[in-house]
Amino acid sequence: MIEEQKTIEISPSDLVVKVRDMFVEQYRLVQIGATKLPDRIEINYSFDKNYQFINFRLILMDDKVEIPSVSGVYWNALFYENEIHDLFGLNIKGIVLDFKGTFYETKEKFAFASCPPKVEPIVRVKEKGKLNEQ
Amino acid sequence: MSNRTIIPFGPQHPVLPEPIHLDLVMEDETVVEAIPRIGWVHRGLEKLVEKKDFLEMTYVAERICGICSFIHGLTYCHGIEQIMNIEVPIRAHYLRTLWSEFSRIHSHLLWLGLVADAFGFESLFMHSWRIREKVLDIIEATTGGRVIFGSAKVGGTRRDIDNDMLKRILIQVTEIDKEMKEISQTFLNDFSVQQRLKDVGILSKADANMLGAVGPMLRASGVNQDMRKLNYAAYGQINWEPVIAQEGDCYARVQVRVGELFQASDIIRQVIEKIPEGPVDVKVTGMPQGEFFARTEQPRGEVIYYLKGNGTKNLERMRVRTPTFANIPAITKVLPGIQLADVPMMLLTIDPCISCTER
Repeated sequence: MIEEQKTIEISPSDLVVKVRDMFVEQYRLVQIGATKLPDRIEINYSFDKNYQFINFRLILMDDKVEIPSVSGVYWNALFYENEIHDLFGLNIKGIVLDFKGTFYETKEKFAFASCPPKVEPIVRVKEKGKLNEQ
Repeated sequence: MSNRTIIPFGPQHPVLPEPIHLDLVMEDETVVEAIPRIGWVHRGLEKLVEKKDFLEMTYVAERICGICSFIHGLTYCHGIEQIMNIEVPIRAHYLRTLWSEFSRIHSHLLWLGLVADAFGFESLFMHSWRIREKVLDIIEATTGGRVIFGSAKVGGTRRDIDNDMLKRILIQVTEIDKEMKEISQTFLNDFSVQQRLKDVGILSKADANMLGAVGPMLRASGVNQDMRKLNYAAYGQINWEPVIAQEGDCYARVQVRVGELFQASDIIRQVIEKIPEGPVDVKVTGMPQGEFFARTEQPRGEVIYYLKGNGTKNLERMRVRTPTFANIPAITKVLPGIQLADVPMMLLTIDPCISCTER
């Protein structure tokens, strides 16, 4: 069985309003997590109510964009937001309890801020009875 | 107004097997605020997706935690299988369910022992861990490992359990059940245990939900939510209902975990009755392309694996949100108002696993 998972793209300016709507609807904040990709950064805000999973996605084209904190709506968001700041170096404004970079004391600052060079997928083509890699 | 003092609690403390720190703001003996801090055992395991291919990452996932090792591996494999549309054999689903429930029993017995030790009931601690050894013996006999099972793989399971062994497990589970009944009477009915646990650290139903609490911490506050209801593995073929309690105090958390011990042994019995013959794995071809949030129920609560693949052998992202991470906000909200002497007990009732939390 594949669980239905809905992902909705939103902009930073809509974030707090949309998250407040989820709070009013009594959704539980499941997690906030960032993903660094070669050309963009994605932040997923995941919610659940009665096993219905909804995910809001912020797409940032650079890591200087200011992201509003949602910890004023969901208090527990502060832990996820501090984690994202410390690992990815993203600029989250207005966290209700801002550890200012001391939540995770990693040896390398913003350890998850870089991503490896993009590797082209290996395509296997069957040609005259033998496999060739392209 | 009384003078306020700040007591640093942890990261090294007799009740904490792993490092977490709390700045406890006190008024006399009462906590008025608790500010948490973690970060001593962050290993950056998620970053390993850049070096290990998506099949090797199963081993990394299993090593995130030494207690719910198997369910970490299962959740990772479940996520990859959803991305790649892999049809896992039914027997493998049942085996995954069996090992998951043994994980739950041994984790809960470990926790009950630690709680008994924390409130000074040494013999109860020893009995809990003595019974746990028998569960670990079964796990060792069926997987070869006592801590890291190494049995989850993308496309099924690495090992099968023959029918003779399943029959022996059934007999052993019945014996373990009897012994668990004996200790559960003490956990639930002993006067001194109740004195330490009842009405301590109450988390309301609304707070539990809005603070994102998970697992026994959530269900002890009356919220009927258990990720096994998503019917991953063979849970859809098993008759079971989440164990819940209403009071939201430390005692209710013990009630839920004790209830889940017997629920787990009942699920194991049903698995052994219903497990079909057949293969335990399928061949995996291709590379993962797409994304999925895999959610399962560990002994401590809901764990999430966000997996994103781009068609190469390395995933673009593996993000893990463990149950303890989700329960830290709840504990910092519950601590204000309780006595300093109850802080260790309160902290233990979320069953903290910090290595898991920091990954």
